Amino acid sequence: MNKRSWEGVKDRLIAFFFAANGILTIIILIGIFIFLAYIGLQAFHEISIREFFFGKEWNPTAYGEPKWGILSLVTGTIYIAVISLLIAIPLGVASAIYIAELASPFIREVLKPAIEMIAAIPSVVLGLIGLLIVAPFVAEIFNLPNGLNALTASILVAIMALPTIISISEDVISAIPESYREASLALGATRWQTIKGVILPAASSGIVAASMLGLGRVVGETMVVLMVAGNSRAFPTSILDPVRPITSTIAIEIKEVVQGDLHFQALFALGFVLFLMTFAINLASDIFLTWRQGVR
Amino acid sequence: MNRSTIWVLILITIVALSGCINGNQAPSNTLEIKGSDTLVQLVSDMAEAYMMEHPGADISVTGGGSGCGIAALINGEVDIADASRRIEEGELEKASERGIEIWEFVIARDGLCIIVHPSNPVRNLTLDEVGAIYRGEITNWKEVGGEDMKITLYGRQSTSGTYEFMREHVLKGDYSPDMLNMEGNKAIVDGVKVDKSGIGYIGIGYLRDGVKPLNIASKKGSAYVSPLDQEAVEDGRYPLTRPLYQYTNGMPVVGSLAYNFLKFELSDKGENITRRAGYYPPNTEDKANNDEKFRMIERKIR
Repeated sequence: MNKRSWEGVKDRLIAFFFAANGILTIIILIGIFIFLAYIGLQAFHEISIREFFFGKEWNPTAYGEPKWGILSLVTGTIYIAVISLLIAIPLGVASAIYIAELASPFIREVLKPAIEMIAAIPSVVLGLIGLLIVAPFVAEIFNLPNGLNALTASILVAIMALPTIISISEDVISAIPESYREASLALGATRWQTIKGVILPAASSGIVAASMLGLGRVVGETMVVLMVAGNSRAFPTSILDPVRPITSTIAIEIKEVVQGDLHFQALFALGFVLFLMTFAINLASDIFLTWRQGVR
Repeated sequence: MNRSTIWVLILITIVALSGCINGNQAPSNTLEIKGSDTLVQLVSDMAEAYMMEHPGADISVTGGGSGCGIAALINGEVDIADASRRIEEGELEKASERGIEIWEFVIARDGLCIIVHPSNPVRNLTLDEVGAIYRGEITNWKEVGGEDMKITLYGRQSTSGTYEFMREHVLKGDYSPDMLNMEGNKAIVDGVKVDKSGIGYIGIGYLRDGVKPLNIASKKGSAYVSPLDQEAVEDGRYPLTRPLYQYTNGMPVVGSLAYNFLKFELSDKGENITRRAGYYPPNTEDKANNDEKFRMIERKIR
């Protein structure tokens, strides 16, 4: 074939290659969904839906009757999620504002890579730091016998969510047109008034999206939580209680199940619940973003 | 349908079917061992010593807990499961459903230690008191002669043979939901070391400075025995003495790596390694049971 038609074919092949990659992502997502659902839903042949979703005790290897209630696991996940976001969002947004609005270019060049590097810390290393430094510190402050509880885990997981929240918030804030700032300053507002009254509201949908992504990260974190959250089965009543979130439970118990067992299927059902939670969070953030853009 | 749709469908089919490729069988001079955290250090030491004497052999040892090892054995993923508890009826059934014949050997004995912080004035407990503490019925150290402090329970996770053993033989009931489920013996030691109100249970091979083992009496009125008293562990006067098992996937045929490794672990050299690791060798009854199994194995090749 001549040069021109080869170029045409090459063009289409490359387009096809890119399309294939995109489709692969969807295949993987749907594949995971089906895999989890197929095995997980089989657990409900023997476990009542009521016990699963409303039971307070998860004890598949109990001395007596096994218990399959996920409420304390979900509560553990929610405790850690809420506390770590309470730490990470203010810290993250404040850092983002500093980097985007107030820092000198030199400091910005140093801070941005430094924050990216936090994201590169392996979670097991953070868990170690948690065990050796954060846990004893928390135990000192609150006068507890040890620091293995939801608060310690939340602090460490907040550190992990920070880079995500900071990066995206900073991008969003930087993307706000200069004209907004110039108009505000021209009207006589101070820089803080500008940030509070103009920049933050304009960036709010992006910041919410960043927080949702941070939340997704937090809910799925396993290693750090496994090491410092205490892992006790009791229903957590305060943030200073040891907790056992969904991720730890799956990580601990998946090693001892025989394939095809009821326990095996129940763990898949639990994983499916976690998957749906993260999926719902991401969907909510997408919808929120589009709605805000629609309103604007 | 147009050309690009056909290509997409072909791609999807290829990706979906690629999961059906089978792996190769492992060559027979490798041994996969998995299971008990209590045994993992000891069996690793044994494997290293064996591999130094037999350079062709390749033995890999991982932990994860007795339940983990036995599940892997039943799933057909490993050759030997280390276990600090006996295999259960239900597990044996699942294995035979999958066509796996399980052989049991005792390779060492443990004096399970109940440990506390060195500053804790309590030094002796009865087995019942330990059970009541772990069931959550006794919650304050002052109830057993200590200070007025809430007891913090350190235990293992349900993957652990030690967890199951304690539950079967000491608690005879469920663990208190407040117990902290730690990942392994070392995690329990690390926890109790810094927690004045802590109590934990560990295999004796993990006993270190920084934690104190309690003397245990089998019932009120009996003598309090220390786990460090070797004779008491061997003749059973120490109430928490227990055999440490290895379960093989099928009969370890004479000449196979599994057979040779088992024989090595039970030889004098193996016994030295066991003692150096802090554990006790199998007692006379254990040895008799092992020998009977070996006789059955050796008879089958003649």
